[in-house]
Amino acid sequence: MKTIRASISGFGAVGQGVAEVLLKKQDYLKNVGLDIKVIAISDSKGSEINTDGIDLSSALARKLEKGTVALEDKSSLEIIESVDHDLVIETTSTDINTGGIGLKNMLSAFNSGKDVVTSNKGPLALKYNELMEASRNSGSNFRFEATVGGAMPIINLIKDVLAGNDVISVEGILNGTCNYILTRMMEENAPYEQMLAESQELGIAETDPSYDVDGIDSACKLVILANSVFGMCFSYKDVDVTGITKITPESLLLAQNNGYVIKLIGEVKDDLIRVAPRLVPEDSPLAVGGTLNVASIQTDLSGTVTVTGRGAGSIETASAVLSDIVSIYRD
Amino acid sequence: MRVSMDIELQDRPGQLLQALQPISDLKGNLISVVHHHEKEKNRRSKIPVQCVIDIDPEKLDELKSQLKDRGIGVAKVGEQRFVERGAVVLIGHIVHNDIQDTIDTVDRTGYAEVVDLTLSMPKIDQTSSAFLKIDAVGKEELNDSISLLKEVAKEKDLLVVEPIET
Ligand SMILES: NC(=O)c1ccc[n+]([C@@H]2O[C@H](COP(=O)([O-])OP(=O)(O)OC[C@H]3O[C@@H](n4cnc5c(N)ncnc54)[C@H](OP(=O)(O)O)[C@@H]3O)[C@@H](O)[C@H]2O)c1
Repeated sequence: MKTIRASISGFGAVGQGVAEVLLKKQDYLKNVGLDIKVIAISDSKGSEINTDGIDLSSALARKLEKGTVALEDKSSLEIIESVDHDLVIETTSTDINTGGIGLKNMLSAFNSGKDVVTSNKGPLALKYNELMEASRNSGSNFRFEATVGGAMPIINLIKDVLAGNDVISVEGILNGTCNYILTRMMEENAPYEQMLAESQELGIAETDPSYDVDGIDSACKLVILANSVFGMCFSYKDVDVTGITKITPESLLLAQNNGYVIKLIGEVKDDLIRVAPRLVPEDSPLAVGGTLNVASIQTDLSGTVTVTGRGAGSIETASAVLSDIVSIYRD
Repeated sequence: MRVSMDIELQDRPGQLLQALQPISDLKGNLISVVHHHEKEKNRRSKIPVQCVIDIDPEKLDELKSQLKDRGIGVAKVGEQRFVERGAVVLIGHIVHNDIQDTIDTVDRTGYAEVVDLTLSMPKIDQTSSAFLKIDAVGKEELNDSISLLKEVAKEKDLLVVEPIET
């Protein structure tokens, strides 16, 4: 049995999801020879530290009841700097302007030779090369499947399963909120504003939806794909982005009458990286509805491979984090 | 009849005018001229040019021989056929921004044409939506015509929704 000492920085939807799947999958982890011992959990208010291993159930219960996991003031960064452990699970909020605490946490983790598994897009969309270099220099493992497409496998699919293929292009729907709004606009022949309101009520869209509907979230994911799969060095500001706010119900109906749906599509290939609403033939594998994500990967050897799945959600995203953890430490 | 013609010009100034003169002499109408810059000059350092003209089919042989007399090679002549079909959606103030001019952007190319347009205008002052079907002589030409359309649309603050590449 291999014991991995881990910290969870950021204890929101994804961080709590990670704690839940670690509890739920204890037997499975034992079977693959892994004992993941969480020695610290932090949120914005502080942290709980226990070098013998935190009781995850009571940490989850305390977070639910008190709104914070904190028992002491130490910040996630201080924990990474001062408490001995192997793995940092980085699930703090995305900050797309500076990289935020996530960027500092990751760099500090590499600095002290720790591995990082993350769902946090901001640092990767802004400072991909810097992070890769830091992880290489310290010999740290660095995995970020959850940053793109949540539970939909894509980065590891391309890097591991499709290894040996040249990837010619990737295109797909990388934002479930936009997909939901466009799908519902078409179903109800309703304007954008109305379906945005509906998705906010259902908790699918944020109160400030701009990050999703303006295409920024999709652009960040596309940048991470472009950099990790194509070896490019884009930042999200390089992406040509158009969001969905101008789409009308009439345009959706016209498209439908001609055998198309309109979807917010991210596309990357050698000389192009863009996010824009596009006409997708109804019978295309990319024409998935609801909050689903989908991606078509065009390769030289395998032809086109298409994957679809849940792009967000606490447990779904945590599942991608778990699979990264297992693939690092399983023998 | 609309004809597409591949001709070869000598690499010296004034050659294009030389080629165009007989077309107008024979009452033909030049629709478009495309220099294939990207294609390598051929062996004899001639410049390949593709033009599309409207001309009385009976005058076509006369045109070819006049061009030859002027030292202009005629590589290929054929009736223009639109084999590639495409579609785009436009969203914005389409009608108030000279819809004819928007359509002409594609039609003027000679290698692509708007063959169908369905317009949906919910209310005055609201943005309208249109579905355009575009035919073109080839895939590259279709993409080129959509790029031109996008440039014009940008000036007019229209959103162009293009098809994904399949
Ligand atoms: N939710 C999804 O479905 C999904 C899917 C893919 C990727 N992601 C990404 O995963 C990350 C987490 O998402 P989420 O949905 O879990 O967000 P969330 O619910 O807003 O949670 C963010 C967590 O980060 C904590 N935090 C903020 N500032 C901090 C700081 N300075 N130090 C320590 N902790 C701090 C917050 O603390 P408090 O609890 O005290 O506020 C909160 O626990 C984000 O980067 C997001 O983009 C999410």
